[in-house]
Amino acid sequence: MIATADVTAALQGKFPQLTPRPSGDHPAFNVPLAEAVAVLKELRDAHAFDFLVDVTAADWGVDASPRFTVFWHLFSTTDHGYLRLAADCANDVEPVAPTVSDLWPAANWHERETYDLLGITFSNHPDLRRILMWDGYPYHPLRKDFPLAGIDTPLPDLEVGDLTKTTAKPAPMVGGPFVASPGEMNMTDAEPRAKDESWNERSEKPASE
Amino acid sequence: MVSATTDLTYNTKIEGEVIVTKADAVINWLRSSSVWPMPMGLACCGIELMASGNSRFDIARFGAEVMRFSPRQSDCMIVAGTVTYKMAPQVRRIYDQMAEPKWVIAMGACASSGGMYRSYATLQGVDQIVPVDVYISGCPPRPEAVLDALIKMQAKIRREPSATNLLASS
Repeated sequence: MIATADVTAALQGKFPQLTPRPSGDHPAFNVPLAEAVAVLKELRDAHAFDFLVDVTAADWGVDASPRFTVFWHLFSTTDHGYLRLAADCANDVEPVAPTVSDLWPAANWHERETYDLLGITFSNHPDLRRILMWDGYPYHPLRKDFPLAGIDTPLPDLEVGDLTKTTAKPAPMVGGPFVASPGEMNMTDAEPRAKDESWNERSEKPASE
Repeated sequence: MVSATTDLTYNTKIEGEVIVTKADAVINWLRSSSVWPMPMGLACCGIELMASGNSRFDIARFGAEVMRFSPRQSDCMIVAGTVTYKMAPQVRRIYDQMAEPKWVIAMGACASSGGMYRSYATLQGVDQIVPVDVYISGCPPRPEAVLDALIKMQAKIRREPSATNLLASS
């Protein structure tokens, strides 16, 4: 096991602004965003944290400030210890964080996921595209102001959207066998077979409900 | 096994080498007896679909053992699994690439209605983008349910006015 006190003392000696963060499991630290990459590089090179487990972020709520915090989870394959680093983003509307994909190539996709779902822009990232939602999707679904059901959006392929007259509609949150609250919906009406299935290439789809 | 289509049998002693029947009956018999599935396996239902192609369940009894991974060679798209909005246009494009006549089976809860994925990322039923002929319930359905759906679809094909449709489209 890694001697946590040694790492803490060495890091705080070198980075005075680094403070311990309350943690239920592994050692954790708060660090100013500007120093995060330097601290991570120090941890990797001087303290044998050679494995980047995860890069993610948290949205503390629409009214919170700082609203977004970026997290890095590290592991040492030689000392078998975990460590967590957290840094608050300064901007609550368009949060920006530095990339660590040049320190660990594994960060590339994690940062793309964090950008996709929480909208945190990682500066100097080599290829910051969406990874789960499609290109051109206008929202960041894991933000607290985004409803689970979703927001009406055109399909990724506009041609198919025109053809089928379908959009990415908000999902129903009541009714059907897979939701906790059955709601007011009649189960017979909720069955797929209750919907009209007569439309095809030659006969028009009836106007949707 | 006794064939359900007794109206198609003929007696050589009575009719010689001449078969008298309806065009619909012949066309539908041909179509329903060799449905080549296009396995659109998108999630765990795809595994059950593979199982239904195994010898234990013997889908060849119904003439549907030729799983084609090319839409050009398939008659029936079996949508097996969760269709995300990101995948939905591709499902529709593959359906468009299939030659007429073509049918669609929505296999499992996700393909039929979105299933347990009531969220921003999942298409709530593949019938929003392609016309579905048969829905299979289950999460995932057993291979027997796939065979049952196939039999139901064969019955549906045998009811189609195929000759009229062919004349109308030509």
